[in-house]
Amino acid sequence: MKRAIGVATAAVALALLAACATVPPWERGTLAKPVMSVDDPPQEKTQKLRTYSAKEGGAAATGVGGGGCGCN
Amino acid sequence: MARMRTKWLAACMLAGIAVAPAPLAWSVSAGDQAPACAASLLDGGRTVSLADYRGKVVYLDFWASWCAPCRDSFPFMNELQRDLAGKGLQIVAVSVDKTAEDAKRFLARYPASFTTVLDALASCPTAFRLEGMPSSYVIDRSGAVRAVHVGFHNADRDEIRRQLDEALGGGKR
Repeated sequence: MKRAIGVATAAVALALLAACATVPPWERGTLAKPVMSVDDPPQEKTQKLRTYSAKEGGAAATGVGGGGCGCN
Repeated sequence: MARMRTKWLAACMLAGIAVAPAPLAWSVSAGDQAPACAASLLDGGRTVSLADYRGKVVYLDFWASWCAPCRDSFPFMNELQRDLAGKGLQIVAVSVDKTAEDAKRFLARYPASFTTVLDALASCPTAFRLEGMPSSYVIDRSGAVRAVHVGFHNADRDEIRRQLDEALGGGKR
C-alpha cells in the first residue's frame, strides 16, 4: 500500500515536470510582448523610484535624486 | 504475476512521462544536409520549397515580427540581395509569425527586397530545430548547410558575407 502511494506520488511529480518543458525559440512571440516584461515600463519605474525615495527621505538611495517633498 | 505486470506497466509509464519533456533533438549544424522545408509566399498564395532552389546558394533566415534583432538583419539582407543576387544567391526569409498580418506589418516598417514566406505552422523551424531567433543558414548549391548563425550581431556581417562569397565562388563543394 505504502509502495503504491510512493509510486503514485512519483508519477504525479513526474507528470508535473512536463509543465517545465522549454518553449522553442520560434514560439516566443507571446513572451516577447512588452506586457510580459518582468520589469515595469521605464516611465512607471522612474515614477515609482521617485515616490519611493521621497517617502524614504533618502535621496539617491535608489539612484534617483529627490528630497523629502518629492518635488524635485 | 499480476503484481509484476503492474509494476512493469508503472515503470514504463514513468519512463514515458520522464522522456516527454526532454529537449528537442540535435539542431541542424554545418555539414548536415538541409532538411526539406516549404512555406507559402507572403505576397501570394504560392508555396515555395527549399528544394526549388537546389543549384543556388541559399541564405535561409528565420524571423518574426516580435523579434527585435530582425529589425537589424533586414537591411543587411537587403544589402546581400543587392550585391549577391546576381551571382546566384537566393535569400529566403521564413516568418514564424502566427498570422500573415503580423508579418506584413513588420514588412511595412522594414521592407524586404528578397523572398519572404510565412510558415505559421512552424514546420520549417521544427525541421531545422532552431536554437534561437533569428537564425540563419548558409546552404550551398548541393543543399548542404555550410554555416549556422544564431541571433543577429553586427559583428557577424563580415563573416556571413565571407561565407556566402565562398559558397558562391566554389560552385561545387
